Amino acid sequence: MQTTAQSLANPTRFMSLSATLLPWVGGLAASLIAVGLYLAFFSAPPDYQQGQTVKIMFIHVPSAWLAMGIYLLVAISSFGLLVFRHPLADVSAKAAVPLGAAFTFLALVTGALWGRPMWGAYWVWDARLTSVLILFFLYLGLMALRSSLDDETLAGKLTAILALVGVVLLPIIKFSVDWWNTLHQPASVLRIGGPSIHSSILVPLLVMAVGFMLAFIAMHLTAMRNEILRRRVKALTLAHVSHAGSRVPATAKG
Amino acid sequence: MDLGPHAAFIIASYAVVAIVMAGLITWLILDGRRHQRALDALEARGVRRRSQAEDSAR
Repeated sequence: MQTTAQSLANPTRFMSLSATLLPWVGGLAASLIAVGLYLAFFSAPPDYQQGQTVKIMFIHVPSAWLAMGIYLLVAISSFGLLVFRHPLADVSAKAAVPLGAAFTFLALVTGALWGRPMWGAYWVWDARLTSVLILFFLYLGLMALRSSLDDETLAGKLTAILALVGVVLLPIIKFSVDWWNTLHQPASVLRIGGPSIHSSILVPLLVMAVGFMLAFIAMHLTAMRNEILRRRVKALTLAHVSHAGSRVPATAKG
Repeated sequence: MDLGPHAAFIIASYAVVAIVMAGLITWLILDGRRHQRALDALEARGVRRRSQAEDSAR
Protein backbone atom coordinates (compact mmCIF):
# COMPACT_ATOMS: atom_id res chain seq x y z
CA MET A 1 0.00 0.00 0.00
CA GLN A 2 1.28 3.48 -0.89
CA THR A 3 1.92 6.06 1.80
CA THR A 4 0.68 9.62 1.25
CA ALA A 5 4.24 10.76 0.55
CA GLN A 6 4.73 8.01 -2.01
CA SER A 7 1.42 8.81 -3.62
CA LEU A 8 2.32 12.53 -3.88
CA ALA A 9 5.72 11.56 -5.25
CA ASN A 10 4.05 10.73 -8.54
CA PRO A 11 4.60 13.74 -10.86
CA THR A 12 1.37 13.05 -12.77
CA ARG A 13 -0.62 13.09 -9.53
CA PHE A 14 1.25 16.26 -8.48
CA MET A 15 0.32 17.96 -11.79
CA SER A 16 -3.34 17.13 -11.26
CA LEU A 17 -3.40 18.17 -7.59
CA SER A 18 -1.45 21.40 -8.17
CA ALA A 19 -3.74 22.38 -11.06
CA THR A 20 -6.69 22.18 -8.66
CA LEU A 21 -4.91 24.02 -5.84
CA LEU A 22 -3.26 26.82 -7.82
CA PRO A 23 -6.31 29.07 -8.50
CA TRP A 24 -7.35 28.89 -4.83
CA VAL A 25 -3.88 29.56 -3.43
CA GLY A 26 -3.19 32.33 -5.96
CA GLY A 27 -6.60 33.93 -5.37
CA LEU A 28 -6.22 33.80 -1.59
CA ALA A 29 -2.70 35.28 -1.83
CA ALA A 30 -3.92 38.18 -4.02
CA SER A 31 -6.87 38.83 -1.66
CA LEU A 32 -4.72 38.82 1.47
CA ILE A 33 -2.10 41.10 -0.08
CA ALA A 34 -4.89 43.50 -1.16
CA VAL A 35 -6.31 43.51 2.40
CA GLY A 36 -2.79 43.89 3.83
CA LEU A 37 -2.09 46.86 1.56
CA TYR A 38 -5.36 48.50 2.60
CA LEU A 39 -4.53 48.00 6.29
CA ALA A 40 -0.94 49.19 5.75
CA PHE A 41 -1.91 52.43 4.00
CA PHE A 42 -5.32 53.29 5.48
CA SER A 43 -5.40 51.71 8.93
CA ALA A 44 -1.89 51.37 10.41
CA PRO A 45 -0.75 54.54 12.21
CA PRO A 46 2.71 56.07 11.74
CA ASP A 47 5.26 54.57 14.12
CA TYR A 48 6.33 56.82 17.02
CA GLN A 49 9.98 56.56 15.93
CA GLN A 50 9.93 55.60 12.24
CA GLY A 51 6.92 57.71 11.21
CA GLN A 52 5.40 56.62 7.87
CA THR A 53 8.61 54.81 6.97
CA VAL A 54 7.23 51.90 8.99
CA LYS A 55 5.16 51.12 5.86
CA ILE A 56 8.31 49.69 4.28
CA MET A 57 8.32 47.07 7.05
CA PHE A 58 5.08 45.58 5.71
CA ILE A 59 6.98 44.37 2.62
CA HIS A 60 10.52 44.16 4.02
CA VAL A 61 9.74 41.76 6.89
CA PRO A 62 7.67 39.25 4.81
CA SER A 63 10.41 39.27 2.14
CA ALA A 64 13.10 38.64 4.75
CA TRP A 65 11.10 35.82 6.37
CA LEU A 66 10.56 34.24 2.95
CA ALA A 67 14.26 34.60 2.08
CA MET A 68 15.08 32.35 5.04
CA GLY A 69 11.99 30.13 4.83
CA ILE A 70 12.57 29.34 1.17
CA TYR A 71 16.16 28.38 1.92
CA LEU A 72 14.88 25.98 4.59
CA LEU A 73 12.56 24.48 1.95
CA VAL A 74 15.50 24.13 -0.48
CA ALA A 75 17.48 22.36 2.26
CA ILE A 76 14.61 19.99 3.16
CA SER A 77 14.06 19.21 -0.54
CA SER A 78 17.79 18.60 -0.95
CA PHE A 79 17.72 16.23 2.01
CA GLY A 80 14.74 14.46 0.42
CA LEU A 81 16.69 14.05 -2.80
CA LEU A 82 19.91 12.80 -1.22
CA VAL A 83 18.38 10.53 1.45
CA PHE A 84 14.98 9.41 0.18
CA ARG A 85 15.49 9.96 -3.58
CA HIS A 86 12.02 11.49 -3.69
CA PRO A 87 11.21 12.13 -7.38
CA LEU A 88 9.83 15.60 -6.72
CA ALA A 89 12.51 16.69 -4.23
CA ASP A 90 14.96 17.91 -6.87
CA VAL A 91 12.11 19.56 -8.79
CA SER A 92 11.08 21.38 -5.60
CA ALA A 93 14.64 22.51 -4.78
CA LYS A 94 15.34 23.70 -8.32
CA ALA A 95 12.02 25.57 -8.53
CA ALA A 96 12.47 27.29 -5.15
CA VAL A 97 16.01 28.66 -5.61
CA PRO A 98 15.30 31.53 -8.06
CA LEU A 99 12.25 32.51 -6.00
CA GLY A 100 14.39 32.54 -2.86
CA ALA A 101 16.95 34.72 -4.62
CA ALA A 102 14.21 37.15 -5.68
CA PHE A 103 12.78 37.50 -2.16
CA THR A 104 16.27 37.89 -0.66
CA PHE A 105 16.94 40.63 -3.22
CA LEU A 106 13.67 42.33 -2.17
CA ALA A 107 14.60 42.07 1.52
CA LEU A 108 17.99 43.69 0.80
CA VAL A 109 16.62 46.48 -1.44
CA THR A 110 13.66 47.39 0.77
CA GLY A 111 15.97 47.25 3.80
CA ALA A 112 18.36 49.66 2.09
CA LEU A 113 15.49 52.01 1.19
CA TRP A 114 14.36 51.95 4.82
CA GLY A 115 17.92 52.34 6.14
CA ARG A 116 18.70 55.55 4.24
CA PRO A 117 16.08 57.73 6.00
CA MET A 118 16.31 55.88 9.36
CA TRP A 119 20.04 55.16 9.73
CA GLY A 120 21.37 57.72 7.28
CA ALA A 121 22.92 54.99 5.09
CA TYR A 122 21.67 52.57 2.47
CA TRP A 123 24.12 49.94 3.65
CA VAL A 124 26.25 49.13 6.69
CA TRP A 125 28.45 46.06 7.14
CA ASP A 126 26.27 44.93 10.00
CA ALA A 127 26.13 41.19 10.90
CA ARG A 128 22.45 40.81 9.90
CA LEU A 129 22.79 42.67 6.59
CA THR A 130 26.04 40.95 5.68
CA SER A 131 24.73 37.46 6.48
CA VAL A 132 21.62 38.07 4.34
CA LEU A 133 23.86 39.31 1.51
CA ILE A 134 25.81 36.03 1.80
CA LEU A 135 22.47 34.16 1.61
CA PHE A 136 21.73 36.03 -1.64
CA PHE A 137 25.12 35.00 -3.05
CA LEU A 138 24.46 31.42 -1.90
CA TYR A 139 21.21 31.37 -3.89
CA LEU A 140 23.11 32.68 -6.94
CA GLY A 141 25.80 30.04 -6.34
CA LEU A 142 23.19 27.26 -6.29
CA MET A 143 21.79 28.47 -9.62
CA ALA A 144 25.27 28.82 -11.13
CA LEU A 145 26.37 25.36 -9.97
CA ARG A 146 23.28 23.67 -11.39
CA SER A 147 23.51 25.42 -14.74
CA SER A 148 27.25 24.72 -15.06
CA LEU A 149 26.75 20.94 -15.35
CA ASP A 150 25.20 19.14 -18.33
CA ASP A 151 24.45 15.98 -16.33
CA GLU A 152 21.19 16.95 -14.58
CA THR A 153 21.34 14.10 -12.05
CA LEU A 154 24.85 15.03 -10.96
CA ALA A 155 23.93 18.73 -10.95
CA GLY A 156 20.96 17.99 -8.69
CA LYS A 157 23.07 16.03 -6.22
CA LEU A 158 25.93 18.54 -6.06
CA THR A 159 23.51 21.43 -5.69
CA ALA A 160 21.75 19.52 -2.89
CA ILE A 161 25.05 19.03 -1.03
CA LEU A 162 25.89 22.74 -1.32
CA ALA A 163 22.37 23.63 -0.16
CA LEU A 164 22.73 21.44 2.93
CA VAL A 165 26.14 22.92 3.77
CA GLY A 166 24.60 26.40 3.44
CA VAL A 167 21.98 25.67 6.11
CA VAL A 168 24.54 26.79 8.69
CA LEU A 169 23.81 30.34 7.49
CA LEU A 170 20.19 30.28 8.75
CA PRO A 171 20.90 30.34 12.52
CA ILE A 172 23.67 32.87 11.88
CA ILE A 173 21.15 35.20 10.18
CA LYS A 174 18.47 34.61 12.83
CA PHE A 175 20.74 35.12 15.86
CA SER A 176 23.18 37.63 14.36
CA VAL A 177 21.31 40.45 16.11
CA ASP A 178 21.79 38.69 19.47
CA TRP A 179 25.34 37.40 19.01
CA TRP A 180 26.87 40.63 17.69
CA ASN A 181 26.40 44.30 18.35
CA THR A 182 24.40 45.24 15.26
CA LEU A 183 22.68 48.34 13.95
CA HIS A 184 19.79 46.12 12.82
CA GLN A 185 17.17 45.91 15.56
CA PRO A 186 16.61 42.58 17.38
CA ALA A 187 13.62 40.34 16.63
CA SER A 188 10.32 42.06 17.46
CA VAL A 189 7.78 39.48 16.21
CA LEU A 190 9.31 35.98 16.43
CA ARG A 191 10.74 36.29 19.94
CA ILE A 192 10.44 34.69 23.36
CA GLY A 193 7.80 36.61 25.26
CA GLY A 194 5.70 37.35 22.18
CA PRO A 195 5.69 40.23 19.69
CA SER A 196 6.72 43.65 20.97
CA ILE A 197 4.75 45.48 18.27
CA HIS A 198 1.35 47.11 18.78
CA SER A 199 -1.53 45.22 17.16
CA SER A 200 -2.33 48.18 14.87
CA ILE A 201 0.97 47.49 13.10
CA LEU A 202 1.31 43.77 13.87
CA VAL A 203 -1.99 42.77 12.21
CA PRO A 204 -1.24 44.37 8.79
CA LEU A 205 2.27 42.92 9.00
CA LEU A 206 0.99 39.38 9.64
CA VAL A 207 -1.70 39.69 6.92
CA MET A 208 0.99 40.75 4.43
CA ALA A 209 3.29 37.95 5.62
CA VAL A 210 0.62 35.27 5.08
CA GLY A 211 -0.24 36.84 1.70
CA PHE A 212 3.43 36.77 0.64
CA MET A 213 3.76 33.17 1.85
CA LEU A 214 0.73 32.07 -0.17
CA ALA A 215 2.04 33.99 -3.19
CA PHE A 216 5.30 32.09 -2.86
CA ILE A 217 3.44 28.75 -2.58
CA ALA A 218 1.52 29.57 -5.78
CA MET A 219 4.73 30.58 -7.57
CA HIS A 220 6.57 27.51 -6.30
CA LEU A 221 3.80 25.15 -7.45
CA THR A 222 3.85 26.84 -10.87
CA ALA A 223 7.64 26.64 -11.10
CA MET A 224 7.51 22.94 -10.15
CA ARG A 225 4.88 22.29 -12.83
CA ASN A 226 7.07 24.10 -15.38
CA GLU A 227 10.09 22.00 -14.38
CA ILE A 228 8.10 18.75 -14.70
CA LEU A 229 6.90 19.84 -18.16
CA ARG A 230 10.49 20.73 -19.15
CA ARG A 231 11.73 17.31 -18.05
CA ARG A 232 8.91 15.60 -19.99
CA VAL A 233 9.77 17.56 -23.13
CA LYS A 234 13.45 16.67 -22.74
CA ALA A 235 12.74 12.96 -22.13
CA LEU A 236 10.33 12.74 -25.07
CA THR A 237 12.73 14.58 -27.39
CA LEU A 238 15.58 12.24 -26.43
CA ALA A 239 13.34 9.16 -26.84
CA HIS A 240 12.13 10.45 -30.21
CA VAL A 241 15.67 11.15 -31.46
CA SER A 242 16.91 7.78 -30.18
CA HIS A 243 13.93 5.95 -31.79
CA ALA A 244 14.45 7.80 -35.08
CA GLY A 245 18.18 6.98 -34.96
CA SER A 246 17.52 3.26 -34.42
CA ARG A 247 15.33 3.14 -37.55
CA VAL A 248 18.03 4.62 -39.81
CA PRO A 249 19.63 1.84 -41.89
CA ALA A 250 23.21 0.97 -40.99
CA THR A 251 24.45 2.25 -44.39
CA ALA A 252 22.84 5.61 -43.78
CA LYS A 253 24.56 5.91 -40.43
CA GLY A 254 27.92 5.72 -42.20
CA MET B 1 -2.74 60.20 2.40
CA ASP B 2 0.40 61.93 3.58
CA LEU B 3 3.46 59.66 3.44
CA GLY B 4 5.65 62.23 5.14
CA PRO B 5 9.13 63.49 4.24
CA HIS B 6 10.37 60.02 3.20
CA ALA B 7 7.56 59.28 0.74
CA ALA B 8 10.03 58.66 -2.10
CA PHE B 9 11.67 55.79 -0.18
CA ILE B 10 8.28 54.23 0.65
CA ILE B 11 7.04 54.49 -2.96
CA ALA B 12 10.35 53.17 -4.32
CA SER B 13 10.17 50.14 -1.97
CA TYR B 14 6.65 49.20 -3.04
CA ALA B 15 7.51 49.81 -6.71
CA VAL B 16 10.52 47.45 -6.55
CA VAL B 17 8.42 44.72 -4.88
CA ALA B 18 5.62 45.16 -7.46
CA ILE B 19 8.08 45.01 -10.38
CA VAL B 20 9.90 41.91 -9.07
CA MET B 21 6.65 40.06 -8.22
CA ALA B 22 5.11 40.94 -11.60
CA GLY B 23 8.34 39.87 -13.32
CA LEU B 24 8.35 36.51 -11.51
CA ILE B 25 4.69 35.84 -12.33
CA THR B 26 5.16 36.80 -16.00
CA TRP B 27 8.29 34.62 -16.29
CA LEU B 28 6.50 31.63 -14.71
CA ILE B 29 3.47 31.96 -16.99
CA LEU B 30 5.53 32.38 -20.19
CA ASP B 31 7.89 29.54 -19.22
CA GLY B 32 4.96 27.19 -18.57
CA ARG B 33 3.32 28.08 -21.88
CA ARG B 34 6.61 27.49 -23.75
CA HIS B 35 7.04 24.00 -22.29
CA GLN B 36 3.37 23.12 -22.82
CA ARG B 37 3.63 24.18 -26.50
CA ALA B 38 6.75 22.03 -26.94
CA LEU B 39 5.01 19.05 -25.29
CA ASP B 40 1.89 19.52 -27.45
CA ALA B 41 4.07 19.70 -30.59
CA LEU B 42 5.79 16.42 -29.69
CA GLU B 43 2.50 14.71 -28.93
CA ALA B 44 1.04 15.97 -32.20
CA ARG B 45 3.89 14.15 -33.94
CA GLY B 46 2.88 10.94 -32.19
CA VAL B 47 5.60 11.06 -29.53
CA ARG B 48 3.92 10.17 -26.26
CA ARG B 49 4.89 9.25 -22.74
CA ARG B 50 4.85 5.54 -21.98
CA SER B 51 1.88 5.90 -19.58
CA GLN B 52 -0.12 7.81 -22.20
CA ALA B 53 0.74 5.30 -24.92
CA GLU B 54 -0.45 2.46 -22.66
CA ASP B 55 -3.70 4.32 -21.93
CA SER B 56 -4.43 4.87 -25.63
CA ALA B 57 -3.61 1.22 -26.45
CA ARG B 58 -6.27 -0.03 -23.99
